[in-house]
Amino acid sequence: MPAIVVEKLERTFDDVLAVRGVDLEVDEGEIYGFLGPNGAGKTTTVRMLTTLLLPTGGRATVAGHDVAREARAVRATIGVALQEAALDPLMTGRELIRLQATLQGLPNAEGRRRADALLERVDLVEAADRRVGTYSGGMKRRLDLAAALVHEPRVLFLDEPTTGLDPVSRKTIWEEVQTLNDEGTTVFLTTQYLEEADQLADNVAIIDRGTIVAEGTPEALKAQIGKPHIQLQLAEGSIARAEEVCATVGSLLPPRDAKTILVEVENGAGDIAKVVRALDEAGIAVDSLELVKPTLDDVFVAKTGHHIEKDEEAGAEQEAEAVEA
Amino acid sequence: MNELARNLRVIRALGMRAIRQTFRRPQLMAPILVFPTLLLAVQTGGAGGAVTLPGFPPVQGFLQFMLAGAMMQSLMLAGNSGGIAFAVDIEMGFTDRLFAAPVPRYTIVLGRLAGVAALGLFSALWFLAIGLIFGAEIHSGVAGALIAVVLVTATATAVGGIGAAIALRTGTASVVQGLFPLVLVVLFLSSAFFPVDLMIQPARAIAEYNPFSFIVEGVRNPIVADIDATDVLEALLAIAGIVALGLVLSARALRHRLRVG
Repeated sequence: MPAIVVEKLERTFDDVLAVRGVDLEVDEGEIYGFLGPNGAGKTTTVRMLTTLLLPTGGRATVAGHDVAREARAVRATIGVALQEAALDPLMTGRELIRLQATLQGLPNAEGRRRADALLERVDLVEAADRRVGTYSGGMKRRLDLAAALVHEPRVLFLDEPTTGLDPVSRKTIWEEVQTLNDEGTTVFLTTQYLEEADQLADNVAIIDRGTIVAEGTPEALKAQIGKPHIQLQLAEGSIARAEEVCATVGSLLPPRDAKTILVEVENGAGDIAKVVRALDEAGIAVDSLELVKPTLDDVFVAKTGHHIEKDEEAGAEQEAEAVEA
Repeated sequence: MNELARNLRVIRALGMRAIRQTFRRPQLMAPILVFPTLLLAVQTGGAGGAVTLPGFPPVQGFLQFMLAGAMMQSLMLAGNSGGIAFAVDIEMGFTDRLFAAPVPRYTIVLGRLAGVAALGLFSALWFLAIGLIFGAEIHSGVAGALIAVVLVTATATAVGGIGAAIALRTGTASVVQGLFPLVLVVLFLSSAFFPVDLMIQPARAIAEYNPFSFIVEGVRNPIVADIDATDVLEALLAIAGIVALGLVLSARALRHRLRVG
């Protein structure tokens, strides 16, 4: 039986259709990556699957229970670690896990035992009796993960578990997620990081503007794109002229920024010399040049016409402007 | 473990968290104890002569008269602080953690209210102790003190219900915090700090029908006089009315929150 089945799931906020008829299926024991930029509908979908928000259309089941009609049964089988680690800074780590154990109906002695074991598992024994407000970002994420595991859930929802973390903390979370999955837990992981989905997920769905635009294993999705591309940055000269020259060697892809040119090529490394020669003959100096094999971002570009990471930067800039305002 | 026992455990655990949260965050504790105690001291010291005014009810002293008012101020601000803390939980996403657990959602609201009730109890005992230390007597003795404690605790819970409903509906701590002056207006337009008979219109008419006046009199009566069953009953009815309002508003706000996320 699939762990999660979603059929034509929709969610409207006033007149805005945030999730537009999402269909997906997650098998027991897999890590399912739900990839998309800010505002794509990832969190709204997760909130519906975790019974925190009612769908306005379609249906979904988690562990065989309907999220709208059997919400409590769903909540008994899932663990949830939501975006930005929603932790009370005034509680200690141990208090939080024990509260979570009580919420899950575990007897006191069992709650104490599991709290001790989980704190050890996520390497927070020494900080267990300190207030969460004194924890680093990585420690908070690990605590959040531990709290979500206290009742040994069949399905674990992780909403952007590594957003804002440093690379070391991110890697620690990845290892823990992989270990959990090896132990049999189904993981539904939303992320805006291509590398995260690529590294962890058995299957990936790419969502953009509330619609799933691609689904499959990371390898299969990248194979759909097929061709590598050359990424080059100009030292000087007209970018329009350089694009003209590059277009004679391969197909131009939408640029990441004003200084970068992306050229899709047929023969990979074999085409590097052609590009360099063509630019040299046109008198255009190149600052750097790199052959890039297809990534999930290329899949995203192919399906949506824009870059996921560029969207993220734009989103972050808008957010910063809003905060300043 | 049956369903009821399990839900009671959840309410107790959330109530304990709410109490710890209040004691660990001084800005939540200040309005509950510090402000009402200061106001009690200032008013007792500065307006103590009011007891000699014609029409002032017979009391042992102004402190004895003011104890009920101080308790009311404290419990209303405890309810407001409970609402603020609940709204902070919503803002930082902590309530999502609770709503994603397999417990009836009313237990989450009741857990918060259990914490407010405990603070109401603490407040009642605090002001009774202050009164006794500074020479006020509890006219109806232990039974009178018990009635006051029960009414104050119940009212704190009822007011906390309104605070929780507003927190659930708005999800914004600043909105709940914005009700702080309104709490004082409601109190000053009741018999909390001054006898209704000595008020001028229209404050007097408002105070006569203000449900909090009935509660104040229910708390004050056993402190300054013999226990009057009618006063206690009227106070209980007023509390029941506030509880009913809080329940309806909370249930609607909970449904709204699930609908809009």
